Amino acid sequence: MSRARWGTVAIVLLVLGSGFPLYWAIVSSFTPEARLYGTPSLIPRVLVLDHYRALFTQREFWVPIRNSLIVAGSTTGFCVLVGGLCAYALARLRFRGKAPLLGLILAVSVFPQISVVSPLYLLLRRLHLINTYPGLILPYLTFAMPLTVWLLVGFFRQLPAELEEAAMVDGASRLRTIREIVWPLAIPGLAATAILTFVYSWNEFLFALSFTLGPERQTVPVAIALFRGQYQVPWGQILAAAVVATAPVALLVLAFQRRIVQGLTAGAVKG
Amino acid sequence: MASVRLDGVEKVYPNGHVAARGLDIDVADGEFMVLVGPSGCGKSTALRMIAGLETPTAGRVLIGDRDVTALPPQERDIAMVFQSYALYPHMTVRENLAFGLRMRGAARPAIAERVEAVARPLGLDAVLDRKPGQLSGGQRQRVALGRAMVRDPKVFLFDEPLSNLDAKLRVETRAELARLHRRLRATIVYVTHDQEEALTLGSRVTVMRDGVVEQVGPPMEVYRRPASVFVAGFVGSPAMNFLQGDLVAVFGGDAQRGPVTLGIRPHDLVLTPADNADLIARVDVVEPRGSELLVHLRLGADGQGQEIRVVAPPEPMPPVDSVVGLHADRQRLHWFDTTTGKRIE
Repeated sequence: MSRARWGTVAIVLLVLGSGFPLYWAIVSSFTPEARLYGTPSLIPRVLVLDHYRALFTQREFWVPIRNSLIVAGSTTGFCVLVGGLCAYALARLRFRGKAPLLGLILAVSVFPQISVVSPLYLLLRRLHLINTYPGLILPYLTFAMPLTVWLLVGFFRQLPAELEEAAMVDGASRLRTIREIVWPLAIPGLAATAILTFVYSWNEFLFALSFTLGPERQTVPVAIALFRGQYQVPWGQILAAAVVATAPVALLVLAFQRRIVQGLTAGAVKG
Repeated sequence: MASVRLDGVEKVYPNGHVAARGLDIDVADGEFMVLVGPSGCGKSTALRMIAGLETPTAGRVLIGDRDVTALPPQERDIAMVFQSYALYPHMTVRENLAFGLRMRGAARPAIAERVEAVARPLGLDAVLDRKPGQLSGGQRQRVALGRAMVRDPKVFLFDEPLSNLDAKLRVETRAELARLHRRLRATIVYVTHDQEEALTLGSRVTVMRDGVVEQVGPPMEVYRRPASVFVAGFVGSPAMNFLQGDLVAVFGGDAQRGPVTLGIRPHDLVLTPADNADLIARVDVVEPRGSELLVHLRLGADGQGQEIRVVAPPEPMPPVDSVVGLHADRQRLHWFDTTTGKRIE
């Protein structure tokens, strides 16, 4: 076989390998509970909405979805706004101690999450923030902010500085330059960063499990994990929940796909 | 329009790199001043200090009679054309041209009128609603020019504006710039590393090296009476020939005996028959250049000596490896002190 053929085979295998679990989850989420334990078949024979119905009637699954949206959304908003300005300063302004500061930001992000759970818990309890939205958003910022700053510093650095200089010579103030020149050009980078931050926050499990107490503040991953009862695991509902939780993120990524790739590879080639 | 003055300007970067040392440059009102030198000589830094994009570590920058050393670029009323053109990629040509006026709070109808007036002579009226990405290199260059002209600034600053154009377009744009200067009677400070561009464009030329001014003068004076070995070697193409020697006798003048460098431009040497010539050399390579020949020779009948370049008429073409004589025009010899590199009169 020629090399091109092998390439095609490899791609098909890769797509099947990564696509199959997704397909299986979707199919199973529509399969009646009784059949889930029967002989598996690749092509579903009976499709029902039972699990989805149960999800939103018995389980009130919209509560964790709302919680996740609020927490992930706020985290993302904060990160892009504050992290964006911070990254711009780090990329453009001249000041002492810039390199150590960037190093420190990176160092913060490499702490294993599990090592900070207990101290964070004590801290949040003292601040009466356990089982609140800020009690999740603030800890999320600890890992999301460094990520945002690092991605955006790289992005701002590859924006040609001459554009901003030209704007200043043309009479625009620093803030005006940011608004009229930097901001429009940074949208791909900001969008890519926002989506990555959102996905990380949406999927985060450890902090969400540790810093919430009841279903009223639990996020989607925590809620799904707690579906399992003492005697049985409701696989159908778990998979239905997984599909519901994945859908918005997947749609978001598909919608901004081109921008994300642009943002991640920005600066790789001069264009 | 206004004059520009750099008064003892120094620029030392935090890493210790000295980009400018005691720069004194005077640009008269309406003058076309070219700063020229090899890369890293500090010419761009000097320009950026006039623009306010860099702050001098010592000295003063004056535009007109005003000390602008501490003023940001926004308040200097200058216009700058960047090497990369720095067109705003997300704006149309019209918006690019209007940007400076808009930032200065001009009224909408006035902006529109002014943009049209600038775009027409530059041949941009047909592309006003396109984005920079859809323009050719020459068009982008003209948008950059237009963006500078639209505001009637006190001073125009150009940072290697022609280096991204192909050779033909460069010659055309050069003439365009000369016309522009004549028409606007604008004060222009123009940075280039291309000595030919400097000679053709400048009312005066400032030759810089290692953050220091080597010579300031009208183009022809810099060419005819280079103040140092560096200027002599940098200005003129093909580059000047240098011969090392010792000055043994002095008749008048204030020259000191000692090692000297003799500079002769390739145009000032004439190929002659080998007998009775100033120098004897062997022909190494002959490059026909259309209207003339560039002949590379090696000094001495054996062809083992130093390389010398001569520009000769296209006929007759000297055969390679033949031994020829060289005659130098005595009026066109340049003498330099080898130790200081300075010109000796």
